[in-house]
Amino acid sequence: MDLGLIAQYLANGIMLGTMYALVAVGFTLFFGVLDVIKFSHGDVLMLGTFAGFTVWLGLQAAGIVNPWLQLVIILIASMAFTAAIGAMIAKWLVLPLKKAPPLNTLLLTLMLGTAIREAVRLFYPNGSNPKAFPALLPSASIDLGGFLLRADSVILVAAGLSLIAGLNLVLNRTRLGLAIRAVAQDEETARTMGINYMLVVLATFAIGSGVAAFAGIMNGLYYSEINFGMGLLLGLIGFSAAIVGGLGNLYGAILGGFIFAGLQVVGAALLPFASAYKDVFAFAVVIAIMAWKPTGLIPERTSDRV
Amino acid sequence: MTSGTFHSARLAVLTAVTAAGLALGGPAMAKDTVELGFVGPLTGGVSAIGVGGRNSAELAVKLRNADPKSKYHYELQALDDECKPNVGVQVATKLAANRKVAGIVSHYCSAVAMGTVDIYHRFGLPATVWGAVLPDITYGNDYAEITRVNGTMINQNEVAAKFMADRGYKTWAVIHDTTDYGKGHDKYFTKFLEADGGKIVGDFGVTSDQQDFTAELTQIKQLNPDVVYFAGLTPLGIRVRQQMDKLGLKAVFQGVSGIKSDSFFDGIGPDLAEGTLTFLEGAPAEKLPGGAYFLKEYQKAGFDSAAEAYGPFAFAAMNLLMDAVETVGPDRKKIVKYMGTVKDHDSITGPITFDEHGQNTVALITPYVAQDGKWVVWADSEYASGKRKLPGQN
Repeated sequence: MDLGLIAQYLANGIMLGTMYALVAVGFTLFFGVLDVIKFSHGDVLMLGTFAGFTVWLGLQAAGIVNPWLQLVIILIASMAFTAAIGAMIAKWLVLPLKKAPPLNTLLLTLMLGTAIREAVRLFYPNGSNPKAFPALLPSASIDLGGFLLRADSVILVAAGLSLIAGLNLVLNRTRLGLAIRAVAQDEETARTMGINYMLVVLATFAIGSGVAAFAGIMNGLYYSEINFGMGLLLGLIGFSAAIVGGLGNLYGAILGGFIFAGLQVVGAALLPFASAYKDVFAFAVVIAIMAWKPTGLIPERTSDRV
Repeated sequence: MTSGTFHSARLAVLTAVTAAGLALGGPAMAKDTVELGFVGPLTGGVSAIGVGGRNSAELAVKLRNADPKSKYHYELQALDDECKPNVGVQVATKLAANRKVAGIVSHYCSAVAMGTVDIYHRFGLPATVWGAVLPDITYGNDYAEITRVNGTMINQNEVAAKFMADRGYKTWAVIHDTTDYGKGHDKYFTKFLEADGGKIVGDFGVTSDQQDFTAELTQIKQLNPDVVYFAGLTPLGIRVRQQMDKLGLKAVFQGVSGIKSDSFFDGIGPDLAEGTLTFLEGAPAEKLPGGAYFLKEYQKAGFDSAAEAYGPFAFAAMNLLMDAVETVGPDRKKIVKYMGTVKDHDSITGPITFDEHGQNTVALITPYVAQDGKWVVWADSEYASGKRKLPGQN
């Protein structure tokens, strides 16, 4: 196998890994502060992407055609919208069930996800058909001996990685981050120390959902297409990535995302059997990892939960 | 095509006569109502084709109802199979269990048709396929209820393989979806291509809702084939073509009838689509024997979406079904028997003759190329005249 080819596989893997990591981060954040699994995460992501797409249609209609300006507006609108949705879900659906068994929350968010997905399919104009997402990034590329390096892919990966880095900074270097970590570690004590518990929970859900919207837009830009079912597999992969990495740990989520992408690429590229089974392979390995390390590769230590 | 639907002048006269009769107080005989069914993908990725087929079938019913010579009044029930076998089985059962439904025109998606033919057989419901191309739908059973007006992927791939080999291409990489549809295309194309001296250098099965193809395409890029043969439907085709570009894969993109849809261009735009090849049974509507008539009526009916590739077949199938009802009455058993005798039956797609499996023996296949955001018949294209070149052609 020549170098260009390896580089190409690597680039594919990094791209997918960044997207998965962005989704996994949400799962891990929610679990960190509330010990809940929010299964509607993937569908909230899809909703955010459709919101961004709608804003784009509006911008086109309003005659704002500069792609960079469009991109910034779409990103802000979609992330803000999704953050608000995430906070609302936390306030009205997840927090009221705090005293109920965790299974109830799981089931509730699972149903919510289906409701969101079907709502977009039925009520968004022509929602059951895939939509062509606009190419807003420059499509210039250089051919490096069999490996085509594209400007848009580089920008997407760089933006995704910086967002993760930024999130890390927020969690570890700001007062909000300190509060989130405090709540994650010990809710009672955090409350006693004067931390606004409700605000912290809502902020966490807003941040996690906003990051997911970013992943959704990134997905749309990369594949030039969005559809109502896009959140389903992304959500499942993101969740698996979070579990593999160690639920409740930010670095674990990132690691898990890249591991899953790596497995998919290896499954499709190196294994002798048909590439149709690459997801089967990836999920099978995930099962094996879970059997080997039930708490994830980087287990959550109560002291540094998120 | 029977009766006066072709001749609007005569129709107008007859309408006038009927109207006069009504005016004189002579009661026009109330016609019995016959229920017919249509099944196709009305939502989902391939809904453009399904809606075009539904509109065409509706048009056939409307024209027949306007024809005073027809013995019955027809009512069409159009149901959505979403191109999903499980949904298809539900709607098929719904129609089949309704004894009022005399016959149906059904299915564009082969995987769905494969799941429903048993139901039609069990309920004795005559079903004429208007778009699905998997051979096994008619050849895999000996159900007299199942007939098909369009050709199969056997004919399609035979022509496709020869056409491409004649252009001088030597090597192919295949991406097919793992449904019956994609696998069938893969099987027949491979068979005919090898007979024509072509070589398949790689064969990749993908799930029909897969999003990312970069891993498969990266491998294909290394194999460096002349042509990427894609066997699947439009949404997947759009993704594959788009990601080919992202990876800088310059091979010819050859599709199957499943991507011959105007929504292919909506999905990727005219630039990326340019030079894509596809093959389709029959000929473009305007070149069919009754095509001009069909397109004129379709236009007149004011549908808000195109008839698409298989509209004329849905129209022809619906007319055939109504001809059967006119001849033998709205009785399922008699219609099935009638279908077994169809030979050189006049239709807008050319004469229909069913073989012992109920398969129309039409073998006319037309190659198309994407040119300036439209599917152009190869023979009429600037590629055939040499003004434009496909990748790898000198």
